[in-house]
This record gives sequence, C-alpha cells and structure tokens, in this order.
Amino acid sequence: MRIHEVTIQAGRPERYYWRDLWQSRELLYILSVRDISVRYKQTALGASWSLIRPLATMLVMAFVFSVVAKLRPDPGVPYSLMVLAGITIWTFFSNAFTQISSSITSNANLVTKVYFPRLLMPLSAVAVSLVDFLIALFLFVVIAIVYKFVPDWHILLMPLFVALALLAAFAFGLFFAVINVRFRDVAQLIPFLVQVGFYACPIAYSSAQVSGTWYEKYYIMNPMVGIIDGFRWSLLGGRTHLNPQSLVYSVAISLVCLLLSVIFFRKRESTFVDDI
Amino acid sequence: MSVITVENISKHYIIDHKRGKGTNSLRDAITGTVKGWFGSSEATDDVTHEEFWALRDVNFTVEQGDRVGIVGHNGAGKSTLLKILSKIVEPTSGSVRIKGRVASLLEVGTGFHPELTGRENIYLNGSLLGMRRDEIRKAFDEIVSFAGVERFLDTPVKRYSSGMYVRLGFAISAHLNPEIMIVDEVLAVGDADFQKKSLGKMRDSSASGRTILFVSHNLTAVQALCNKTLYFEKGQLLEQGETNQVVASYLSKVSRTRLRREWDTPEEAPGNDLVRVHRMELIPDYPAGTTHIDVRTPMRVKFEFWSMMDRANLNLSLHLYSLTGECIFNVGSESTAYGKGLIQGECTIPGYFLNDGTYTISVMIVKDTVTPLYNMEEGITFDVEDFREGVAWYGKWPGYVRPQFPFRVQALEPIIDVR
Repeated sequence: MRIHEVTIQAGRPERYYWRDLWQSRELLYILSVRDISVRYKQTALGASWSLIRPLATMLVMAFVFSVVAKLRPDPGVPYSLMVLAGITIWTFFSNAFTQISSSITSNANLVTKVYFPRLLMPLSAVAVSLVDFLIALFLFVVIAIVYKFVPDWHILLMPLFVALALLAAFAFGLFFAVINVRFRDVAQLIPFLVQVGFYACPIAYSSAQVSGTWYEKYYIMNPMVGIIDGFRWSLLGGRTHLNPQSLVYSVAISLVCLLLSVIFFRKRESTFVDDI
Repeated sequence: MSVITVENISKHYIIDHKRGKGTNSLRDAITGTVKGWFGSSEATDDVTHEEFWALRDVNFTVEQGDRVGIVGHNGAGKSTLLKILSKIVEPTSGSVRIKGRVASLLEVGTGFHPELTGRENIYLNGSLLGMRRDEIRKAFDEIVSFAGVERFLDTPVKRYSSGMYVRLGFAISAHLNPEIMIVDEVLAVGDADFQKKSLGKMRDSSASGRTILFVSHNLTAVQALCNKTLYFEKGQLLEQGETNQVVASYLSKVSRTRLRREWDTPEEAPGNDLVRVHRMELIPDYPAGTTHIDVRTPMRVKFEFWSMMDRANLNLSLHLYSLTGECIFNVGSESTAYGKGLIQGECTIPGYFLNDGTYTISVMIVKDTVTPLYNMEEGITFDVEDFREGVAWYGKWPGYVRPQFPFRVQALEPIIDVR
C-alpha cells in the first residue's frame, strides 16, 4: 500500500499544495453543488429569479436610457439587446466577484474545522454565478428571437470573453477575499464597487459614445470595458463598438492581478484560521 | 513504527488589546501600515500586544495502533495541538511528521448545511472529511442504518432533532477509513447510548490497527479507550505514558478543595449585565466527631447572586459533576419572580448519598425556566472521603452514589439436615 507522508512545519508552504488542489476536485464539485442547490431553497419562484432579475433590469434600462434619456445604440442593433448583452456579462462578473470575495468568510465554519486547499472556496463560489449566467444567456437567445436577430460566426468567440470575465472576477475577488478575512469592511465595500462599476462600464450605453473623447484613453483602462464590449461584439455579430486596445488592457490587467492575488492568497492562507 | 512524530512544536499568538472601539477595521490598517496585511501585523500606537503560547516545545511520538488520550484543563493547548496535526493551524515553530492518511473529527457534522437533505449532507460531509465519492457510496447504507435516519434521508437536516443530527454526523465519520483518526470531544454531545455506541465503534477500528488521538474531558472514556495518555497543562506536555498512570497523576494534581467563593461588589464579581454572583459556598454539617466531609456528611450549597433586572422569573439549577466530568445529578429550584437585588438559594445534599471521590458544583441562573442567564462553572470543588464500618473489605466502593437504601435480609426457613 502507498504510504502517505506529510510534514507540517512552520512557515513552509505546503509542498504538495497544487497536487492537493487537483486531488480535491471532487470536493470542489460537491461544494459547488451545495451552493447551487441551496441558492433558491425555500423560495416560491426558485431559479426563475435568474431570469426575472436581468429581464426586469433590462426593461428599466431600456425605458430610462432609450425612451427618457434618448441614448442611441450602435447602428443596426436593437437597444434592448445591447443592454441585455451588457447586463448579462456584467451580472455574471459582479456575482462571481461578490461571491468570491466573501467565499472564505462565508465558509468560516469549514476554515476552523477541516483542512483542504483554501483555494477551493473561491473556486466553488463561481459555480452559482455560472449557472445564473447560463440561464441569462438563454434569456438573451429568447429575446434575440423576438427581435429576429441572428448572430453570426462572431459568437464562436463568446466563450473567450466569458473566460476573461471569470479571470477578472477571480483576480479581483481573490484579493478581497483575503482582506475580508481580517477586515469585514469589504462586505460594505463590494456592493458599492459593483454599483459604481455598473455606470463606469458600457452596460446601459455604448462605448461608442466615449470613443474619440479626451478621456477615452483612461476609460479603456478599466479592464471590464474590453470584456463587456467584446462579449457584446461577439453576441451581436460584430456590429457593436469594440476598441481592440481596451482588450489588451483587460487581458494584461486581469493576468497580472490574478498572479498577484494568488501569491497574496497563498501567503495569507495559513493565517485565515487565526484571523477569521 | 511511529506514525506521528512531533518535534518542538510551539504555537504562539499575539493578542491585540486596543484602546477605544473599532477592532480590526480597515481604518486601523490604513492609519497603521499597509505592510501589516502582508507580513506580520505591525504595531500601531494605541495597540498593546500580549503574547500567548498556546503550545510550547511539545515533543512526542505515536506508534501505529496506539490509542492516545489527551487530557488537560480548558486552554491547556489540546485543541490547538489537534488543529496543528490536522493542518488547520500552522505551528509557529517545530515540525510534525505524519505517516498515513489522517481524518480529523473536530466537530460532529462538519460543514452540514441546514438546508440540504440528509443524503446530500452525507456526501458533503464525507468528502470534506476526505472520503472519495465511491467510498461514500459504498458505505452509504451502513451510515444510514448506523445513524437510524432511514426515514428522513430526504428531509433537510434543519428539521432533524439534535440527536439525529449528531448521530448522522458521527455515523459518517465512523465509516471513514483513515490510518490515523483525530477526535476532539465529540462524545460531549449525544446521549449515553450514543456515546457507548461510538466509543465501541472507535475501539473496534483501533483493533484493526488504526491509530487514534482522542481529546476528552471525560476521563472514564479516555480510560476505556486509550492505552496511552498525554497530559497538557498551559501549553506544555507535562506527562505522557500509560493511561492509568497519567490519569492518576492528572487527578492528583487537579484535585483541590475549594468550598467557598465570594465577591464583595457586583463590579468584580463574575456574571454579566443581568446577574452577578455574590457568593457560593458549601457548608458541611459534620456529624459529631468528624472534621472532614465523608460519605456520611450532609451538606448545604448556598448560592447568592445579584439580579439587575427589575422583575424576572428566576430559578437556580445546580449541577454536580464527578472529577471525570460526568454529571451526577441536576437539581432545579422553583421559578419565582424577583425584583432587583440580592437573591439567595440553598440546596441540601443529604448524607449517605455521594460516594467517595472529588466533585465540582456548577450553578446556573435561569430565566423563565428556559433561558440560562449565567452559569457559574466549577464554582466549588470538594472531596468526599470514604467511610465504612463493620466491613472488612477495603476495595474501592463502586458507583457514583452510595445510598443506604433499606435492604432487609432474613432467614426464611432452615434447611434441616436429614442424615
């Protein structure tokens, strides 16, 4: 029989951490399923909430911005579809980001009682938002049919932008997850960030409106601009505005932040149990 | 073969005492240094640090198949040690080498989610404890029948009775198949039947070569299960060896008589905003010619406390524990309405009731017969000496109580010798 040997020592990162993480993938699955099945327990409408929320937001946005404020969508694209595409990817990002940043504290009972690579917690936190996203994407398809809108080959690139959104959510969420263990202020900060982000990103409006202004070069530094525009661009057949430079920022910032966040997370991980 | 080797393990905590309000808020960190988040925390001006060694220079080895009991007072470092061995807490210095798969049972039903059904929680808890899914599937029926929850498998565990919850939690861990099992105080929950069942289960599994580390306040359980025992005191390993020896020396060290405790003002007294303890006293009514408490001695427990509530229905609940932590009895007084002020209760324990041994008394103040306001734990500790006359046998008198119930024996009819 294989003898499993472990050495526990102060200040030394677990040598087999990444192997442990891989071997715990079953636990990852089970934790994800737990979060998903708990999500809509004891609600009358259940999973339809994942449809109702983006739909209602879209209707309000479409009315306020296109009827009241008279914002123009990109040519050849129905305003509602443009908004809905933006809302879909933004909701995905912000949910994943929020869940990840509270993933350690919301599993405090596990942190103090059982060992497993702590990265499993932020990883499993993504599951719920991923399911919600798929439902919302289905909603998008239905609305697109209503508008008789047919996407073209661009849609093949869509998973890429979803992955990028996930990467960004992870990069930023992980950082806040660590801070949250020590400072619960994060729980207050996150909804605020999400709210500001909603307006700072091209969701209810097209980034074409920013194009050519003096502040565009700062605007596109927001990594979410490229991701949202890219997602919309792939869904709506390349007819919406997409500044390729903004995508460079998205990829570069997300990757660098992810790397830093993972290092930070690994460094603080062993103290979670003392701080939580 | 030694499966666990612990060398010079220490765990050091720094407790921050901050002046003013606001502990651990972001503001402190910003006004302090950002560096503190990344490295060890830096001192800001209004913080005083207190060092605390939860464990200090602990060394021991555990052989394969050993059943090791870990005893000591609260705060002796037992749980910290288990958490280090379970990789939950990182030691400050020292090293541990473990050979074999470890399952830690620091809590019954770790990770149970109240909204999930029994079935879902079996999988969740099982995989948290390190079981693979096919292992859980194989043991599933056995777990369910051990826990006796067949009918409630698809009911959310929030609807379970606390007994069912505990049984299910234990049943899962009992079917783990690790080489080393680390168990913390799980027997503190559950009824006597359950404790017996789970102790039996642990003994069985150790018979098959499994190593067990077992923390408990219940010395009887430690003696029943463990062949070796470690005795911790204030973070240090005071003694290790055969269970009977170590337990005996633990008992001799902790046994101390304290018959009276008193606090003059509510400010310094133990308690909370609602009630404060003024005095707790054991008054023996020594029979003529005796000067210490023995099995004959009737006693009164006097308990006085301040109530800060204008009007509340209160009663006292007295628990008497043996030194091994088992509750011998619990007596409650009648619930009566009292106003603000000093309240006294007195409970009489008759003579010829307790067996010889060391006992502690806790008194709990209860509101409306359901809400415990304060529990004065281990307020009084006392020894009851042995006394017997007309008996030529001097072995230890068995049992927790030593009543003199009427026991009439008479000759009914003689056997006539018909030679």
